[in-house]
Amino acid sequence: MSEPALPRPVLETDIVCVGFGPAAGGFLTTLARRQTDPSRPPLESRAAPGLPLQVLCYERADDIGFGVSGAVTRARAIRASFPDLDPAEIPMAAAVRREKLVYLLDPIGASRRPPALRLADRVIRAFRFALPFEHDALEIPWLPPFLEKKDGLVLSIAQFNQWVGQQLLMTGMVQIWPGTPVADIVVEDGAVVGVRLLDQGVDRLGKPTAAYQPGMEVRAALTVAADGPVGAVGRKLDQAFGTPEGFDNREWAIGMKFVVELPGRAQLETGTVIHTIGYPEPEIFGFLYVHPERVASVGIFVPSWFANPARTAYRYLQHYIQHPYLWRHLEGGRLRSWGAKSIRESGRRGEPWLVGNGYARIGEGSASTNVLTNSGIDEAWATGVMLAEAVIELLEQDKPFTRENLKAAYVARRRASWVEEEARIAEKARDGFRRGFLTGLLGVALAGLTRGRLRVPGRPHRPMASLEDYFRDRIPTGEMARIREECARQGRALHDALMERAGWPPVAFDGRLLVSHQDALLVGGKVQAPPGVADHVVFLYPYLCETCGTRLCVEICSGEAIRPRPEGAPGFEREKCVHCGACVWNCPQENVVLEAGAGGLHSAEN
Amino acid sequence: MSLSFHIVVCAGIVPDPLQTLEPIIGDSGPALKNELLLPAVLDPWAAHALYEAARLAREHSGSKVWLISLSPRAKLQQVMMTVAQKAPFELVALDGPAGGFTDSAEVAGALAAAIEAIPGLDRSRLLLFGGWESAARGAGTTLAIVGERLGIVDQFQGVDEVRLEPDGALRILERVEGGRHQISRCAGPPAVMGWATGSLAEPPNQPQLGMANMRSILPALQRARPVALSSGDLRFLRVELPRQQRQTRIVRDVPAEEIARELVDWIRG
Repeated sequence: MSEPALPRPVLETDIVCVGFGPAAGGFLTTLARRQTDPSRPPLESRAAPGLPLQVLCYERADDIGFGVSGAVTRARAIRASFPDLDPAEIPMAAAVRREKLVYLLDPIGASRRPPALRLADRVIRAFRFALPFEHDALEIPWLPPFLEKKDGLVLSIAQFNQWVGQQLLMTGMVQIWPGTPVADIVVEDGAVVGVRLLDQGVDRLGKPTAAYQPGMEVRAALTVAADGPVGAVGRKLDQAFGTPEGFDNREWAIGMKFVVELPGRAQLETGTVIHTIGYPEPEIFGFLYVHPERVASVGIFVPSWFANPARTAYRYLQHYIQHPYLWRHLEGGRLRSWGAKSIRESGRRGEPWLVGNGYARIGEGSASTNVLTNSGIDEAWATGVMLAEAVIELLEQDKPFTRENLKAAYVARRRASWVEEEARIAEKARDGFRRGFLTGLLGVALAGLTRGRLRVPGRPHRPMASLEDYFRDRIPTGEMARIREECARQGRALHDALMERAGWPPVAFDGRLLVSHQDALLVGGKVQAPPGVADHVVFLYPYLCETCGTRLCVEICSGEAIRPRPEGAPGFEREKCVHCGACVWNCPQENVVLEAGAGGLHSAEN
Repeated sequence: MSLSFHIVVCAGIVPDPLQTLEPIIGDSGPALKNELLLPAVLDPWAAHALYEAARLAREHSGSKVWLISLSPRAKLQQVMMTVAQKAPFELVALDGPAGGFTDSAEVAGALAAAIEAIPGLDRSRLLLFGGWESAARGAGTTLAIVGERLGIVDQFQGVDEVRLEPDGALRILERVEGGRHQISRCAGPPAVMGWATGSLAEPPNQPQLGMANMRSILPALQRARPVALSSGDLRFLRVELPRQQRQTRIVRDVPAEEIARELVDWIRG
């Protein structure tokens, strides 16, 4: 397709950073500190001689405060950047006061528990009088040290990003542009020389209209990819430069949470952190964090190795919050906000090239998330700080941003850091989940307690079962065919019908906390989809979708934006898309691509 | 006839209307619950005024647009990172509260003083733009008072369109009851235009425009003068959101007529 003959605007700068989250926050904060240090002259721009270093950061979302993530964090790196940090300065932030690990039993009998777990449940119930057992849950009296977040913070990552961003903007040393998706990298002679912003004035397929406006080319000596686990720029870097030998990025999870205004009777202290295992399915972990002013974040992680092909985070989350152990605190509460994001859980195995000529990667897209400690924000921040220190060092020494120089200055810092040390411990910690839930837990405990010296062998990635296989013991094949046919006719996903047939009770909406999936899209920020840009979810080969038996993209979609269609690829309604990216890693045929896209959830509390 | 304008757009910032907004009476008077948490946007009515100002300036060479805002500086800077990409303007920033529960005369006084101090502003070519309504809790009178303080007697509210006539007069469409417009003819600037929604769509983000605007926005923010607003004798007796009721139902392949019929039935109860 030929574009209209409109010149693509070009801008020269020194550093262009893609994405504004904790990693970019650490990077830009460290750079801005150097530039405002009164004891040293600021680093000078080469793109605009005479001016300070020109640093631009482009964020896809419509505001720098629309992030979606956890979070409880030990905040080691964040506190290192802000030694006098007072959580009261950041809305919704609180110091971690108490932590619990809780095993949730199945109060309704629908959870698919392996025989060993069912036996364990019976034993726990039989001896409940002698155990810390209440409300169908066992409070495990000991929290493994690797899970502890003591001295840490409960955060709303959206509020934290906003707090960091405002301070950065006030320095005048960096510019952070929201609502500006970056579509691609610009590569010349094997080096990244900048990025290209998203074209506007195109139809949903990307075809230019009369309002066509080519995306600006931003040329920079250094491009920093900080666009998260499913960012378009990270993917383009992989496409252009390949991945290291042994690269394996198949471990993921979808994290989904509610931000809840707690009812008056709730007895949860601010700073309380509850980690849960065991329910709604053994493979699904959960959490509840208590923010100041009677607000809690409650959510679940649905991992890629959960074999249910009709996995749906939203439905499971509704059952999760109704577990008696949690519901006693939440019943009568009000849903304030909601959100979902993909979590890249491959650890070091999924580490891409961290640097190349003209580029470097930080944050979750650089595989910084630690799957053993369930921690990503602090690690992401730390990688940003390390890159900034490296950049300052290279600029002060007047060295170019070549692969070798960045390796020596940035990668070497990472390899010597606590982020790397802990990532090595975590590298094989989850391998046991390939063999089942209990074996997986044992593997995690072994790896965590022996600092990675012992582990359960295997690889965690588990091939997806077919619907018929997964539900074989609960739904006869003929009935499964009928459910498929009925859902296809109604143009809806299978998961509600399958879960209810498998024993999960219908969710009784109360209009406050238990609301339909579609209503959740309208709570606490709503989804926006500006016109004039192409659809960002692309099904590469529709004929592959036609042969797909599970259509996992439809089942997993966090916003019900992907819907079944009788022919060809599923339908995509970007007005509902929260840009979580779950469709990408859930496609067994790798037929879904997440391009740079505008809009998304206007959630300020997640 | 060639004519150029000096257009000053008065624009506050308000909590993003897409968020859940809940008015409360706090210790220091009315406020929004968790207001600090909420992201801010340029007041949507004032934003339309800005787009119309940019259009008028584009069509009449030699024109210039200023955007003046009395808002908390840090929040305003964050909002500017988006607004700067929409239209070319020069910022005049005043650092003060943007809650809306303030005396509009006091706010207007600060704005008028700042407008009078704009270097190079030609009062004979001045068009004072702003929102007819506001998404803040302002009384909707600020713009009119600013106009009065500046001695501008030609004031128009609910404006949907301004066109320049061949003789240099302004043809103005103001909204009146029944979805109609009152057409006025104004000999020319200075004039006050309180914009309704106009007819322009929100412009797409233009990053290069943002970069150009930022050259003047950053210095303007740095020299933003603090404005302390005293509450004086102003007292708010009650605050509440308009009552609303929402029911969602997902339907597919239903003709628009049928949906419309169902909506009418629902409204009639």
